[in-house]
Amino acid sequence: MNSLGAAASQALQLIAGGDPTLLGIVLLSLQVSLTAVGTACAVGLPIGAVVAVGRFPGRHTLIVMLNAAMGLPPVVVGLVVYLVLSRAGPLGEMGLLFTPTAMVIAQAILITPIIAGLARQVIEDAWGEYREQLRSLGETKLGAALTLLWDVRFSLVTLVLAGFGRAAAEVGAVMIVGGNIAGVTRVMTTAIALETSKGDLPLALGLGLVLLAIVLALNAAAYVVKESAQRRYG
Amino acid sequence: MTRPTDMRAPLTLLPLRLEDVVFAVGSRRIIDDVTVTLTAGSRTVIVGANGAGKSVLLRLCHGLLRPTAGAIRWNAPEIDGAARRQAMVFQRPVLLRRSALANVIYALHVAGVAPEERDERARAALRTVGLEALGESAARVLSGGEQQRLALARAWALRPEVLFLDEPTASLDPGATHEIEKVIAAMHTAGTKIVMVTHNLGQARRLGDEILFLHQGRLVERAQADRFFKHPASPEAAQFLEGELPW
Amino acid sequence: MVITRRALLATVLCLAALASSAQEKFITVASTTSTEQSGLFGYLLPIYEQQTGVKVRVVALGTGQALDVGRRGDADVVFVHARAAEEKFLAEGQGVKRYPVMYNDFVLIGPKSDPAKISGSKDILAALKKVEAAQAPFVSRGDRSGTHMAELELWKGAGVDIDKSKGPWYRDTGQGMGPALNTAASMGAYVLADRGTWLAFKNRGDLEILVEGDKRLFNQYGVILVNPDKHPNVKRDLGQQFIDWLVSPAGQKAIADYKINGQQLFYPNAGDANA
Repeated sequence: MNSLGAAASQALQLIAGGDPTLLGIVLLSLQVSLTAVGTACAVGLPIGAVVAVGRFPGRHTLIVMLNAAMGLPPVVVGLVVYLVLSRAGPLGEMGLLFTPTAMVIAQAILITPIIAGLARQVIEDAWGEYREQLRSLGETKLGAALTLLWDVRFSLVTLVLAGFGRAAAEVGAVMIVGGNIAGVTRVMTTAIALETSKGDLPLALGLGLVLLAIVLALNAAAYVVKESAQRRYG
Repeated sequence: MTRPTDMRAPLTLLPLRLEDVVFAVGSRRIIDDVTVTLTAGSRTVIVGANGAGKSVLLRLCHGLLRPTAGAIRWNAPEIDGAARRQAMVFQRPVLLRRSALANVIYALHVAGVAPEERDERARAALRTVGLEALGESAARVLSGGEQQRLALARAWALRPEVLFLDEPTASLDPGATHEIEKVIAAMHTAGTKIVMVTHNLGQARRLGDEILFLHQGRLVERAQADRFFKHPASPEAAQFLEGELPW
Repeated sequence: MVITRRALLATVLCLAALASSAQEKFITVASTTSTEQSGLFGYLLPIYEQQTGVKVRVVALGTGQALDVGRRGDADVVFVHARAAEEKFLAEGQGVKRYPVMYNDFVLIGPKSDPAKISGSKDILAALKKVEAAQAPFVSRGDRSGTHMAELELWKGAGVDIDKSKGPWYRDTGQGMGPALNTAASMGAYVLADRGTWLAFKNRGDLEILVEGDKRLFNQYGVILVNPDKHPNVKRDLGQQFIDWLVSPAGQKAIADYKINGQQLFYPNAGDANA
């Protein structure tokens, strides 16, 4: 309990101190995870919507695979992305290893199935309500998928936040593909891992509390926006 | 609106012919050998007890369900991908989380109406049902009656040849019901064929020109509204009108 | 709609920002956790960057891993501390030339209670024999790091076939120096550590240095440019510039100047031909 107290006071000092290194690490963490979530949404939301609304051979297999992919082990994804982006690998020419872009790629791969799988469930549930009316209007399957995607946007906020949380909490994959390079690919989670290795547990815990505070703040903001918009639109 | 019947104009959807149509789920026949022709001009009201198959029949006509056996033939069938020439209003209106105006514009967008025309046509439709003041309001926060009027406005904007309605006022109070009936009447006057299912015999009397009476999936009686209510030909219809029909 | 537009704008800006950071001059150095966690790079690199304007990006792994990164061409320079492995790297044609840079020493850390009774010994091999005989808990890094390789060499030197003698007392953790120290602290075990990481380590529990000073605990660091003939993407000039600085009087002085609590961690010896 002593170390928790020390950690809490460390956390406060860190936040109040406005240390530029810490600020850099926080900003990079947000940049990487938000970009990863953005990419995952751009890819995963349409996939989830189309699978929810469409009827095609292999659909059930695809759904099972999507659900299973939600549990992809981060460190395995990290390893595979590393081998692909390494100079010795197929995409080595792009020189992406040990850059924030590699971290975005790894995180995006991890959370796209979560976004797609959960979106599929949400939209499939809504499809039951909308199906007859949209078909009556002559809407195509694809048009229906996209229309529903927008109409259930408030329910999607929660799952986007879930995806972001998963990305921001991830350490295994980004450590491998990013290399935890100071000032370049060091994010909150890898910094915490480093400080833990160095035995500076109060600092590591303090950083952990800062990370929690940021994620909490983001969630609170999203919730407020969602609730007020939901009240407006019904 | 009825299209002019000159040689250059596209053929009308109607008449709609149902021939020995069966709709079965497993071994249970929900619609059992129905043969009927729906023609333009008259308002057709379908009545019957709960479970008689009225809603299913409506959905078969509109194309939401496929018959297990038999044929459903339009005079000029709709082309896949082209704008729909029929519309349907459900008991509970399904509206998007957008403004009332946006909901109507959406339907016009799906129908392929040119972007420049959409706004004006949508506003005109809202005016017809008396909702122009609520155009910018979120559709889902409107009252039940307003939402159903919006659903009708959406259908009106599409200028359908046929409008199917599945118990459109079952969830509404008398005041709202009256508003809806006014709009339906207006659409009929403008030339849209009305095919409506209702529980409300008073409504059937008010709005119907001809009555289709369904009993356990069969079309037991078809008659002009006046005659049906005064002198029902079949014993099932007589029992139904007296409120004694078993489920 | 407004919210989605803002989100899209934010994503685009983020991507742009991420992309723009790739404009500066930099090299990638694969090094060991001991150099990173001791804080040496944190001290050294800003000096270098200020003098030359070249940023040095350090990926800190174990020696074995660092050399593998070099073999894949993912780094320009490797900076590690296991001579045999470095020579093998050169023999494979993966590196251009090895330069000795600095040395420090290993120390045998253990709990104050010292179950194997080795405290104060000046003979590391005898001490390790005693640890094995007592079956006292011992934490190994097990990660092909320079420290791990040195540890294995020492077991061999002590006449202990560690593969055979491994029992529950020998904890093969597969971790870096810091985590290994954390583990040793929490289970009161012996562990071989480099002095630099130990001096910078904060979670000591009741661990202390029990054996030091034996010449066999000498730990030499070498730096090698990854072979640009094998890996065309290697930044030959910038990489060599960094190596030249490390072995130059300025670089060597900077290494010597790095202290924790007044104690020097690394001893520059680029001039030593035998190192």
